[in-house]
Formats: sequence, C-alpha cells, structure tokens
Amino acid sequence: MALISGGLDSMLAARVIKDQGIYIEGLNFFTGFCVEGHTHAIRNGKTGKRNNALWVAEQLGIRLHIIDVIEEYKDVVINPRHGYGANLNPCLDCKSFMVGKAREWMEKHEFDFIITGEVVGQRPMSQRRATFPVVERESGAKDRLLRPLCAQSQPPTKPEREGWVDREKLLNFSGRSRKPQIKLAETLQINEFSQPAGGCCFLTDANYSAKMKDMWETRGEKDYDLDDIMLLKVGRHLRPTAQFKMIIARDEGETNYLMGYRNRFHHLLMTSHSGPLTLLQGEGEIEVSFAARIAARFGQGRNAPEVSFLSISPDGQEQPLSIVPLKADQIPKAWYL
Amino acid sequence: MSTHNLDARNLLCPMPVIRTQQRVADLAVGDELEVFCTDPGALSDIPAWCRLEGHEVMQSGEVGGEFFLHIRVGERRIF
Repeated sequence: MALISGGLDSMLAARVIKDQGIYIEGLNFFTGFCVEGHTHAIRNGKTGKRNNALWVAEQLGIRLHIIDVIEEYKDVVINPRHGYGANLNPCLDCKSFMVGKAREWMEKHEFDFIITGEVVGQRPMSQRRATFPVVERESGAKDRLLRPLCAQSQPPTKPEREGWVDREKLLNFSGRSRKPQIKLAETLQINEFSQPAGGCCFLTDANYSAKMKDMWETRGEKDYDLDDIMLLKVGRHLRPTAQFKMIIARDEGETNYLMGYRNRFHHLLMTSHSGPLTLLQGEGEIEVSFAARIAARFGQGRNAPEVSFLSISPDGQEQPLSIVPLKADQIPKAWYL
Repeated sequence: MSTHNLDARNLLCPMPVIRTQQRVADLAVGDELEVFCTDPGALSDIPAWCRLEGHEVMQSGEVGGEFFLHIRVGERRIF
C-alpha cells in the first residue's frame, strides 16, 4: 500500500517500488484540512483544478482509494499526544494516524507492506530520525513500513529482509533539500508534478489556525464538524464582538459556495450594488444594520452615501435594509481574524 | 442492470469522488449511476477515478449551474 499525497515524494516512492515489479495500490486520506481541492474549487469559479492524488495514480498506473477520515481525524487534531507544531499542525500524530489507517487497510486487504514518501530530516516534527520509530510503533506497522527514498540510511525493514524488495535499488535521501527528488524525477522522466506552496494542510497555516483557535475559544470547547472547518477556509472573517462573527465572501466563487449555507445562517445580500454574500454567526449580539454597515465596506458601494441589503433569516424571512457604509478607519484591525 | 442516483451537491473535492467510490462499491457491472454535483472539479476528478477503475463516463455536463455525470460500472481494471 502506498500513501499517495499527490506530491512528488510519495509519487517517487511508489514509482521506485513499482519499478521493482511490485504490485501497488494507493491510499489517500481526506481529513478535511487538505489544501488542494477545496480552496481551488471554491475560489475563482471553474478553474478545473485537478485532484493531484488521482493524477499521480494515473501517471503511476495504480488504483487509488480516497478515504474519508474526517470523523476519526478529529481526535488527532483535538488531542494530539505529541502536541502541535508552529500552528495547530499535529504532524507526528497525523503521520502515525495515517500509517495506522494504512496498516488496517493493508491487513484487511492482504497487502504485505506500506510505503511512504518520507525523507529523514525533511520535516522538523514528523520526518526526523528520532520520530521514525515513533510512527512505526504507534501505527502498528512496525517493520512493515518502508520509506524507499531514505531506506538505505534506515534499519532494513521486513520487505527488504525477506527479499521482496531489493534494498540496493532504494535511496538514501536526507535533509530538506529537494534537489535529489528533482533529479530522480528527471531520471524517471517524470516531468510534471505538484509542488504545494506552504504545505498541503491548512493546519500548518497561521491564519487558518488562528481562526480555528478563535472558534474553539468562542465555543468554550475544542470541537468541530466538516462545515466548521470548511467555513474557516472561506471568506474574510471579522469578529466585532466576543460572540458575533461575520464571514464575507471574497469573490463570486465564495459567494456561490456560502449560498449553500443560507439555510443555516442569517445572511446579508447586497441589492443596490455588486457585493459579496455575508454570513452572520451570533447575530443577536449586535444590530444587523451595523453588520450591514461593515459588510458594505467590501462591496462596490463602499463609498456610496447609502447601500441597500436584504437581511435574510435562516427560515427565509427577508427584511430590506438601507445603511451608510462604515469608513475604512472605522473597522479596527483587531476585528479581522 | 439498474440505474441509480447520487446527490453530491454542495460537496467539494474530493468528497464527490469519495461518495461516488462508495456508491459504486455497492453496484454491479453494467449498472449505471447518475451523479449530481455543484463542484466543477468533479468533472475532472470523477472521470479520472473512473479511468483508474475501469468505469465508463457515458455523459457529463452542466445544467442550470449544476453538473452531472452518467457512469456505467465496468469490470475492474487490471494494472
């Protein structure tokens, strides 16, 4: 079983093993925090962005199973045994979780071992010499976890000892440099691959993590569902008071996406000018008309003497509103999450 | 042979693929599945998954801001 993220390293690891004549299938886990896909799909309309894991599977010629682990993953995010990284990224727990899920799949479907694209020294939290044994132990994969890109610097695993895999054909990559991977890709005539800027998980993102912490603090508990974590990815988030938050779409794609939540949240539709949809959370805290004055700043009528809205409750009751937009300096920076 | 529907509206990549994958697992070769979704990315992702699995996308397109794919379940592809 090959863990396929859609990036170059897991693609190379799978290719190195496949080139030894070994049958591989891919696993890709969807946690809800994956950067690709959602954000591309929400913003900028019909950009036709591909799913990189599927694309990699097609290039490799392997089956790919995309697994929804959203519910199970919550415990990893909320109670990470090894703590968080720089933001809310529980990278070591995450790696153990994913390899553990791959181990379950491997055993259920009678595969022999797991491969990942990990490289020793590449990530400060989860890909270090000291943490490799932690993942092997906590996932239960033990010596059935093979890391082809750095295997030669690691103790031989079962597939190597049993002769299923030729250790001499595995690699000895280490450190943060990407040059060995790029060179190997060239050798294998892999000319196109995904290089996600800033990682592939929203939990490594400082702004996203700040919004997640804000949500937990406001609720007084660390919990979430899929809609919560999706909404944190969309729009500008402003919190004018402790219990009141506004989510303001940044483009037409986000407005269309947020429209899917109009039956769950009170929302504001700008009618006199072109402008974004705004969702209100905790709207009893302040006057809706004041929220409309804030939202007007983000539409074409920001400098108009008056802007009109429809204020619409979740049950569809509409109330027309006409307000004077706030001036830019009337929106404190502290409101922006 | 039977025809089935899958409502994957308001789901974003890769959830439409995951739901399709789950639904097809319960169908027989020759069965057909009509998938309805709102994420335009599904128009590239679901066909990619079908190519990997050996299923045929008989028709796909957009109607009224929504997208549809008509899939015929095929024999599992052997790599």
